[in-house]
Amino acid sequence: MDNQSLDPRVKRLKLNTGGEPVTVHEGENWNVFEVFHQEKRGAHHEHVGCVHAPNAQLALVFAKEQFARRKKCVNLWVVRSADILSFDTEDEDMFANNLDKTYRDASGFKVMEKINKFKKSTHDKE
Amino acid sequence: MYGGGYIFDEPDKRQLKEEQLHDDPEKLVEFEARIARGEKIEPGDWMPSEYRRQLIRLIEQHAHSEIIGALPEGTWITRAPGFKRKLALIAKVQDEIGHGQLLYNAAETLGKSREAMINDLLSGKSKYSNVFNYPAETWADVTVIGFLIDAAAIVNQVANAKGSYGPYCRALERICYEESFHLKQGHDAFIELATGTPAQRAMVQDALNRWWQPIMHFFGPPDKNSVHSEKLMQWKVKMASNDDMRNQFLDAYVPKIWDLGLSLPDENLKKDPVTGKWCYSDPDWDLFKKVINGGGPCNKERLDVRKWAEEHGRWVRKALMNPAEKTTAPVA
Repeated sequence: MDNQSLDPRVKRLKLNTGGEPVTVHEGENWNVFEVFHQEKRGAHHEHVGCVHAPNAQLALVFAKEQFARRKKCVNLWVVRSADILSFDTEDEDMFANNLDKTYRDASGFKVMEKINKFKKSTHDKE
Repeated sequence: MYGGGYIFDEPDKRQLKEEQLHDDPEKLVEFEARIARGEKIEPGDWMPSEYRRQLIRLIEQHAHSEIIGALPEGTWITRAPGFKRKLALIAKVQDEIGHGQLLYNAAETLGKSREAMINDLLSGKSKYSNVFNYPAETWADVTVIGFLIDAAAIVNQVANAKGSYGPYCRALERICYEESFHLKQGHDAFIELATGTPAQRAMVQDALNRWWQPIMHFFGPPDKNSVHSEKLMQWKVKMASNDDMRNQFLDAYVPKIWDLGLSLPDENLKKDPVTGKWCYSDPDWDLFKKVINGGGPCNKERLDVRKWAEEHGRWVRKALMNPAEKTTAPVA
Protein backbone atom coordinates (compact mmCIF):
# COMPACT_ATOMS: atom_id res chain seq x y z
CA MET A 1 0.00 0.00 0.00
CA ASP A 2 1.37 3.45 -0.89
CA ASN A 3 1.91 5.83 1.97
CA GLN A 4 0.69 9.41 1.59
CA SER A 5 3.78 11.16 2.92
CA LEU A 6 4.52 14.76 1.91
CA ASP A 7 8.17 13.74 1.77
CA PRO A 8 9.01 12.47 -1.71
CA ARG A 9 11.80 10.29 -0.31
CA VAL A 10 9.44 8.69 2.18
CA LYS A 11 6.75 8.27 -0.44
CA ARG A 12 9.10 6.10 -2.50
CA LEU A 13 9.72 3.70 0.40
CA LYS A 14 7.85 0.49 0.90
CA LEU A 15 6.96 1.09 4.53
CA ASN A 16 5.93 -1.66 6.86
CA THR A 17 2.46 -0.18 7.31
CA GLY A 18 0.89 -3.35 8.65
CA GLY A 19 2.03 -2.49 12.15
CA GLU A 20 4.12 -5.66 12.57
CA PRO A 21 6.46 -5.11 15.48
CA VAL A 22 10.13 -4.38 14.80
CA THR A 23 12.46 -5.43 17.58
CA VAL A 24 16.06 -4.42 18.10
CA HIS A 25 18.00 -7.12 19.92
CA GLU A 26 20.12 -6.37 22.98
CA GLY A 27 23.69 -5.66 21.90
CA GLU A 28 22.67 -4.83 18.33
CA ASN A 29 23.72 -1.22 18.87
CA TRP A 30 27.29 -2.33 19.60
CA ASN A 31 29.51 -1.34 22.46
CA VAL A 32 30.13 1.97 24.20
CA PHE A 33 33.34 4.00 23.93
CA GLU A 34 34.26 7.08 25.95
CA VAL A 35 35.52 10.01 23.88
CA PHE A 36 38.27 12.48 24.82
CA HIS A 37 38.71 15.69 22.89
CA GLN A 38 41.92 17.70 22.47
CA GLU A 39 41.27 21.31 21.60
CA LYS A 40 44.79 22.36 20.73
CA ARG A 41 48.22 20.79 20.56
CA GLY A 42 49.79 20.59 23.97
CA ALA A 43 46.45 20.70 25.79
CA HIS A 44 44.97 17.85 27.83
CA HIS A 45 42.46 15.51 26.24
CA GLU A 46 39.14 16.12 27.97
CA HIS A 47 36.25 13.71 28.35
CA VAL A 48 33.29 14.91 26.27
CA GLY A 49 30.90 11.97 26.09
CA CYS A 50 30.59 8.60 24.42
CA VAL A 51 29.60 6.83 21.20
CA HIS A 52 28.31 3.39 20.28
CA ALA A 53 30.60 1.54 17.87
CA PRO A 54 31.56 -2.02 16.93
CA ASN A 55 35.30 -1.36 17.41
CA ALA A 56 37.74 1.38 18.38
CA GLN A 57 38.53 2.42 14.78
CA LEU A 58 34.89 3.11 13.99
CA ALA A 59 34.42 4.70 17.40
CA LEU A 60 36.99 7.28 16.31
CA VAL A 61 35.10 7.94 13.08
CA PHE A 62 31.80 8.35 14.93
CA ALA A 63 33.48 10.49 17.61
CA LYS A 64 34.69 12.86 14.90
CA GLU A 65 31.13 13.18 13.56
CA GLN A 66 29.62 13.60 17.00
CA PHE A 67 32.12 15.72 18.93
CA ALA A 68 34.23 17.53 16.34
CA ARG A 69 31.68 19.00 13.92
CA ARG A 70 32.47 22.56 14.92
CA LYS A 71 35.01 24.52 16.89
CA LYS A 72 38.65 23.67 17.13
CA CYS A 73 39.79 20.08 17.54
CA VAL A 74 43.22 18.63 16.81
CA ASN A 75 42.80 15.07 18.06
CA LEU A 76 40.44 12.61 19.72
CA TRP A 77 40.95 9.54 21.90
CA VAL A 78 38.46 6.72 22.35
CA VAL A 79 38.55 3.94 24.91
CA ARG A 80 36.07 1.20 25.72
CA SER A 81 33.87 2.28 28.64
CA ALA A 82 34.44 -1.16 30.16
CA ASP A 83 38.20 -0.47 30.33
CA ILE A 84 37.80 2.63 32.47
CA LEU A 85 38.62 1.96 36.08
CA SER A 86 37.41 4.41 38.69
CA PHE A 87 36.79 4.60 42.44
CA ASP A 88 33.38 3.94 43.81
CA THR A 89 31.66 7.29 44.34
CA GLU A 90 30.70 6.06 47.80
CA ASP A 91 34.41 6.04 48.70
CA GLU A 92 34.65 9.77 48.12
CA ASP A 93 35.60 10.32 51.77
CA MET A 94 39.10 8.95 51.12
CA PHE A 95 39.88 12.35 49.61
CA ALA A 96 38.25 14.26 52.43
CA ASN A 97 41.37 15.44 54.26
CA ASN A 98 43.20 16.62 51.12
CA LEU A 99 42.46 20.20 52.05
CA ASP A 100 43.96 19.71 55.51
CA LYS A 101 47.36 18.80 54.12
CA THR A 102 48.61 22.37 54.03
CA TYR A 103 52.23 21.08 54.02
CA ARG A 104 51.60 20.02 50.38
CA ASP A 105 50.79 23.58 49.32
CA ALA A 106 52.88 26.68 48.88
CA SER A 107 50.40 28.55 51.03
CA GLY A 108 51.14 26.17 53.91
CA PHE A 109 54.51 27.83 54.55
CA LYS A 110 54.50 31.29 56.13
CA VAL A 111 57.96 32.87 56.21
CA MET A 112 57.17 36.59 56.12
CA GLU A 113 56.00 36.61 59.72
CA LYS A 114 59.32 35.15 60.91
CA ILE A 115 61.34 37.49 58.72
CA ASN A 116 59.48 40.53 59.99
CA LYS A 117 59.81 39.41 63.59
CA PHE A 118 63.53 38.83 63.08
CA LYS A 119 64.02 42.23 61.44
CA LYS A 120 62.09 43.95 64.23
CA SER A 121 64.14 42.28 66.96
CA THR A 122 67.49 43.14 65.33
CA HIS A 123 66.26 46.69 64.75
CA ASP A 124 65.29 47.03 68.39
CA LYS A 125 68.77 45.88 69.52
CA GLU A 126 70.52 48.56 67.48
CA MET B 1 16.01 20.59 19.71
CA TYR B 2 13.08 19.39 21.22
CA GLY B 3 12.31 18.32 24.72
CA GLY B 4 8.86 19.66 25.43
CA GLY B 5 7.73 20.37 28.96
CA TYR B 6 5.28 17.54 28.82
CA ILE B 7 6.61 14.08 29.53
CA PHE B 8 4.12 11.32 28.97
CA ASP B 9 3.66 8.84 31.78
CA GLU B 10 1.60 5.71 31.60
CA PRO B 11 -1.40 6.14 33.90
CA ASP B 12 -0.69 2.94 35.83
CA LYS B 13 2.86 4.12 36.64
CA ARG B 14 1.87 7.38 38.27
CA GLN B 15 1.45 5.92 41.73
CA LEU B 16 4.60 4.84 43.53
CA LYS B 17 4.90 1.08 43.69
CA GLU B 18 5.27 -0.73 46.96
CA GLU B 19 9.06 -1.22 46.66
CA GLN B 20 9.58 2.40 45.66
CA LEU B 21 8.09 3.48 48.95
CA HIS B 22 10.83 1.54 50.70
CA ASP B 23 13.88 3.49 49.66
CA ASP B 24 16.28 3.71 52.60
CA PRO B 25 14.94 6.80 54.43
CA GLU B 26 18.38 7.85 55.72
CA LYS B 27 19.87 7.72 52.25
CA LEU B 28 16.89 9.62 50.91
CA VAL B 29 17.43 12.44 53.40
CA GLU B 30 21.11 12.66 52.44
CA PHE B 31 20.19 12.54 48.73
CA GLU B 32 17.69 15.36 49.05
CA ALA B 33 20.17 17.40 51.07
CA ARG B 34 22.77 17.00 48.32
CA ILE B 35 20.30 18.27 45.73
CA ALA B 36 19.28 21.16 47.96
CA ARG B 37 22.98 22.11 48.22
CA GLY B 38 23.13 22.25 44.42
CA GLU B 39 25.30 19.13 44.01
CA LYS B 40 25.01 17.00 40.88
CA ILE B 41 24.02 13.35 41.07
CA GLU B 42 26.28 10.99 39.09
CA PRO B 43 25.57 7.52 37.67
CA GLY B 44 27.22 5.53 40.49
CA ASP B 45 25.49 7.47 43.27
CA TRP B 46 22.63 6.19 45.36
CA MET B 47 19.31 7.56 44.13
CA PRO B 48 15.65 6.84 44.93
CA SER B 49 14.16 4.37 42.48
CA GLU B 50 11.48 6.89 41.52
CA TYR B 51 14.14 9.51 40.70
CA ARG B 52 15.83 6.98 38.41
CA ARG B 53 12.55 6.03 36.74
CA GLN B 54 11.47 9.62 36.17
CA LEU B 55 14.86 10.59 34.75
CA ILE B 56 14.91 7.65 32.35
CA ARG B 57 11.41 8.63 31.22
CA LEU B 58 12.39 12.28 30.78
CA ILE B 59 15.73 11.79 29.04
CA GLU B 60 14.54 8.91 26.86
CA GLN B 61 11.56 10.88 25.59
CA HIS B 62 13.77 13.87 24.99
CA ALA B 63 16.07 11.64 22.92
CA HIS B 64 13.17 10.22 20.91
CA SER B 65 11.96 13.76 20.25
CA GLU B 66 15.32 14.70 18.75
CA ILE B 67 15.30 11.69 16.43
CA ILE B 68 11.65 11.95 15.36
CA GLY B 69 11.89 15.76 15.27
CA ALA B 70 14.43 15.50 12.48
CA LEU B 71 11.85 13.83 10.22
CA PRO B 72 9.48 16.74 9.41
CA GLU B 73 12.45 19.00 8.66
CA GLY B 74 14.32 16.29 6.80
CA THR B 75 11.28 16.26 4.50
CA TRP B 76 12.45 19.61 3.15
CA ILE B 77 16.16 19.00 2.62
CA THR B 78 15.71 18.09 -1.04
CA ARG B 79 13.47 21.11 -1.63
CA ALA B 80 15.11 23.79 0.50
CA PRO B 81 15.19 27.08 -1.47
CA GLY B 82 18.81 27.59 -2.43
CA PHE B 83 22.15 25.99 -1.71
CA LYS B 84 22.88 27.87 1.51
CA ARG B 85 19.52 26.97 3.06
CA LYS B 86 20.04 23.36 2.04
CA LEU B 87 23.49 23.20 3.67
CA ALA B 88 22.17 24.78 6.86
CA LEU B 89 19.19 22.42 7.01
CA ILE B 90 21.37 19.34 6.52
CA ALA B 91 23.68 20.59 9.29
CA LYS B 92 20.73 21.19 11.57
CA VAL B 93 19.16 17.79 10.96
CA GLN B 94 22.53 16.13 11.61
CA ASP B 95 22.78 18.05 14.90
CA GLU B 96 19.37 16.80 15.96
CA ILE B 97 20.37 13.18 15.39
CA GLY B 98 23.58 13.89 17.32
CA HIS B 99 21.50 15.30 20.18
CA GLY B 100 19.47 12.11 20.20
CA GLN B 101 22.70 10.10 20.59
CA LEU B 102 23.94 12.31 23.45
CA LEU B 103 20.64 11.94 25.26
CA TYR B 104 20.39 8.17 24.75
CA ASN B 105 23.87 7.94 26.28
CA ALA B 106 22.77 9.98 29.29
CA ALA B 107 19.72 7.74 29.77
CA GLU B 108 21.86 4.61 29.39
CA THR B 109 23.91 5.63 32.43
CA LEU B 110 20.72 5.06 34.44
CA GLY B 111 20.49 1.43 33.44
CA LYS B 112 18.18 1.22 30.44
CA SER B 113 19.83 -0.06 27.25
CA ARG B 114 19.77 1.84 23.96
CA GLU B 115 18.01 -1.13 22.35
CA ALA B 116 15.27 -1.19 25.00
CA MET B 117 14.64 2.52 24.44
CA ILE B 118 14.40 2.12 20.67
CA ASN B 119 12.05 -0.83 21.09
CA ASP B 120 9.81 1.20 23.36
CA LEU B 121 9.74 4.00 20.79
CA LEU B 122 8.89 1.62 17.93
CA SER B 123 6.16 -0.16 19.88
CA GLY B 124 4.57 3.17 20.86
CA LYS B 125 5.14 2.56 24.57
CA SER B 126 7.50 5.49 24.89
CA LYS B 127 6.44 8.88 23.52
CA TYR B 128 8.10 11.88 21.92
CA SER B 129 7.16 15.52 21.63
CA ASN B 130 3.66 15.83 20.27
CA VAL B 131 4.54 18.65 17.92
CA PHE B 132 6.23 16.25 15.47
CA ASN B 133 3.01 14.45 14.73
CA TYR B 134 2.03 17.33 12.45
CA PRO B 135 3.12 17.63 8.81
CA ALA B 136 5.50 20.28 7.46
CA GLU B 137 3.37 21.21 4.44
CA THR B 138 5.37 24.09 3.00
CA TRP B 139 8.82 25.66 3.33
CA ALA B 140 7.20 28.27 5.58
CA ASP B 141 6.41 25.46 8.03
CA VAL B 142 10.11 24.66 8.22
CA THR B 143 10.87 28.28 9.08
CA VAL B 144 8.19 28.29 11.79
CA ILE B 145 9.54 25.03 13.24
CA GLY B 146 13.13 26.27 13.06
CA PHE B 147 12.29 29.59 14.68
CA LEU B 148 9.47 29.03 17.16
CA ILE B 149 9.65 25.36 18.09
CA ASP B 150 13.40 25.52 18.54
CA ALA B 151 12.90 28.65 20.63
CA ALA B 152 10.33 26.85 22.77
CA ALA B 153 12.65 23.88 23.17
CA ILE B 154 15.50 26.13 24.22
CA VAL B 155 13.36 27.63 27.01
CA ASN B 156 12.85 24.10 28.32
CA GLN B 157 16.40 22.87 27.77
CA VAL B 158 18.13 25.86 29.32
CA ALA B 159 15.98 25.26 32.42
CA ASN B 160 16.71 21.52 32.47
CA ALA B 161 20.45 22.10 32.06
CA LYS B 162 20.44 23.41 35.65
CA GLY B 163 18.91 20.16 36.89
CA SER B 164 20.41 17.65 39.30
CA TYR B 165 21.56 14.75 37.10
CA GLY B 166 25.15 15.29 35.90
CA PRO B 167 25.14 13.33 32.61
CA TYR B 168 21.88 14.99 31.47
CA CYS B 169 23.17 18.47 32.33
CA ARG B 170 26.41 17.88 30.42
CA ALA B 171 24.53 16.62 27.36
CA LEU B 172 22.21 19.64 27.50
CA GLU B 173 25.10 22.06 27.74
CA ARG B 174 26.43 20.84 24.39
CA ILE B 175 22.93 20.70 22.93
CA CYS B 176 22.05 24.27 23.96
CA TYR B 177 25.23 25.55 22.34
CA GLU B 178 24.22 23.99 19.00
CA GLU B 179 20.60 25.07 19.42
CA SER B 180 21.65 28.68 19.31
CA PHE B 181 22.71 28.09 15.69
CA HIS B 182 19.38 26.36 14.96
CA LEU B 183 17.38 29.24 16.36
CA LYS B 184 19.40 31.79 14.42
CA GLN B 185 19.08 29.96 11.11
CA GLY B 186 15.36 29.42 11.75
CA HIS B 187 14.88 33.08 12.59
CA ASP B 188 16.78 34.12 9.47
CA ALA B 189 14.65 31.91 7.20
CA PHE B 190 11.46 33.10 8.93
CA ILE B 191 12.41 36.76 8.58
CA GLU B 192 13.20 36.29 4.90
CA LEU B 193 9.60 35.19 4.25
CA ALA B 194 8.06 37.65 6.71
CA THR B 195 9.80 40.60 5.06
CA GLY B 196 9.34 39.27 1.53
CA THR B 197 6.66 39.45 -1.17
CA PRO B 198 2.92 39.36 -0.32
CA ALA B 199 2.89 35.69 -1.40
CA GLN B 200 5.77 34.86 0.96
CA ARG B 201 4.10 36.71 3.82
CA ALA B 202 0.83 34.86 3.16
CA MET B 203 2.75 31.56 3.28
CA VAL B 204 4.33 32.31 6.61
CA GLN B 205 1.03 33.60 8.05
CA ASP B 206 -0.67 30.37 6.96
CA ALA B 207 2.07 28.29 8.61
CA LEU B 208 1.77 30.32 11.84
CA ASN B 209 -1.99 29.76 11.91
CA ARG B 210 -1.58 26.01 11.56
CA TRP B 211 1.33 25.65 14.03
CA TRP B 212 0.08 27.94 16.79
CA GLN B 213 -2.01 25.32 18.58
CA PRO B 214 0.73 22.65 18.55
CA ILE B 215 3.14 25.29 19.87
CA MET B 216 0.74 26.16 22.70
CA HIS B 217 0.52 22.42 23.43
CA PHE B 218 4.30 22.13 23.45
CA PHE B 219 4.90 22.92 27.13
CA GLY B 220 2.16 20.56 28.26
CA PRO B 221 -1.10 20.93 30.17
CA PRO B 222 -1.68 23.84 32.57
CA ASP B 223 -0.07 23.53 36.01
CA LYS B 224 -3.42 22.99 37.69
CA ASN B 225 -3.75 19.67 35.80
CA SER B 226 -0.16 18.54 36.07
CA VAL B 227 0.17 15.16 37.67
CA HIS B 228 3.53 14.94 39.37
CA SER B 229 5.32 18.22 39.57
CA GLU B 230 6.14 18.92 43.18
CA LYS B 231 8.52 16.04 43.94
CA LEU B 232 10.16 16.40 40.52
CA MET B 233 10.80 20.08 41.17
CA GLN B 234 12.28 19.31 44.60
CA TRP B 235 14.58 16.70 43.02
CA LYS B 236 15.48 19.16 40.25
CA VAL B 237 14.29 16.81 37.54
CA LYS B 238 11.73 19.36 36.39
CA MET B 239 13.10 22.87 36.66
CA ALA B 240 10.16 25.09 35.75
CA SER B 241 6.41 24.61 35.62
CA ASN B 242 4.64 24.19 32.27
CA ASP B 243 2.81 27.50 32.61
CA ASP B 244 5.95 29.39 33.62
CA MET B 245 7.85 28.08 30.59
CA ARG B 246 4.92 28.87 28.29
CA ASN B 247 4.76 32.38 29.68
CA GLN B 248 8.49 32.90 29.25
CA PHE B 249 8.21 31.75 25.63
CA LEU B 250 5.22 33.99 24.86
CA ASP B 251 6.92 36.95 26.48
CA ALA B 252 10.01 36.59 24.32
CA TYR B 253 8.48 35.66 20.96
CA VAL B 254 4.93 37.00 20.55
CA PRO B 255 6.16 40.63 20.36
CA LYS B 256 8.69 39.59 17.70
CA ILE B 257 5.91 38.10 15.57
CA TRP B 258 3.51 41.01 16.00
CA ASP B 259 6.33 43.41 15.25
CA LEU B 260 6.50 42.00 11.72
CA GLY B 261 2.80 42.74 11.15
CA LEU B 262 1.91 39.04 11.40
CA SER B 263 -0.94 37.79 13.54
CA LEU B 264 -1.52 34.81 15.79
CA PRO B 265 -4.83 32.93 15.71
CA ASP B 266 -5.92 33.75 19.25
CA GLU B 267 -8.05 36.83 19.96
CA ASN B 268 -7.42 36.55 23.69
CA LEU B 269 -3.65 36.60 23.40
CA LYS B 270 -2.36 39.62 25.34
CA LYS B 271 -0.05 40.50 28.18
CA ASP B 272 -1.72 41.47 31.42
CA PRO B 273 -0.10 44.83 32.27
CA VAL B 274 -0.65 44.28 36.00
CA THR B 275 0.62 40.72 36.51
CA GLY B 276 3.03 40.69 33.58
CA LYS B 277 1.61 37.28 32.64
CA TRP B 278 0.25 36.39 29.22
CA CYS B 279 -3.42 35.60 28.77
CA TYR B 280 -4.50 33.20 26.04
CA SER B 281 -7.34 30.90 25.07
CA ASP B 282 -6.82 27.36 26.26
CA PRO B 283 -5.70 25.21 23.35
CA ASP B 284 -7.73 22.04 22.81
CA TRP B 285 -6.27 19.70 25.47
CA ASP B 286 -8.48 16.80 24.34
CA LEU B 287 -6.86 17.01 20.94
CA PHE B 288 -3.45 17.06 22.65
CA LYS B 289 -4.28 13.79 24.43
CA LYS B 290 -5.65 12.26 21.25
CA VAL B 291 -2.46 13.07 19.33
CA ILE B 292 -0.22 11.76 22.15
CA ASN B 293 -2.10 8.50 21.99
CA GLY B 294 -1.51 8.01 18.29
CA GLY B 295 -4.37 10.00 16.75
CA GLY B 296 -2.36 12.81 15.11
CA PRO B 297 -1.97 13.29 11.37
CA CYS B 298 1.60 11.92 11.24
CA ASN B 299 2.04 9.55 14.21
CA LYS B 300 1.85 6.46 12.03
CA GLU B 301 4.13 7.77 9.32
CA ARG B 302 6.81 8.85 11.82
CA LEU B 303 6.98 5.43 13.46
CA ASP B 304 6.73 3.56 10.14
CA VAL B 305 9.68 5.55 8.79
CA ARG B 306 11.64 4.91 11.99
CA LYS B 307 10.89 1.17 11.71
CA TRP B 308 11.97 1.19 8.09
CA ALA B 309 15.30 2.75 9.06
CA GLU B 310 15.77 0.21 11.84
CA GLU B 311 15.03 -2.76 9.56
CA HIS B 312 17.09 -1.53 6.64
CA GLY B 313 20.07 -0.58 8.79
CA ARG B 314 20.18 -3.96 10.50
CA TRP B 315 22.46 -5.65 7.96
CA VAL B 316 25.04 -2.88 8.36
CA ARG B 317 25.04 -3.22 12.14
CA LYS B 318 25.31 -6.99 11.82
CA ALA B 319 28.11 -6.91 9.26
CA LEU B 320 30.21 -4.76 11.59
CA MET B 321 29.36 -6.68 14.74
CA ASN B 322 32.19 -8.11 16.76
CA PRO B 323 30.62 -11.04 18.62
CA ALA B 324 33.38 -11.03 21.26
CA GLU B 325 32.34 -7.56 22.48
CA LYS B 326 30.02 -7.39 25.42
CA THR B 327 28.09 -4.14 25.69
CA THR B 328 28.58 -1.94 28.72
CA ALA B 329 26.91 1.25 29.90
CA PRO B 330 28.60 4.64 29.49
CA VAL B 331 30.72 5.72 32.44
CA ALA B 332 29.49 9.29 32.76
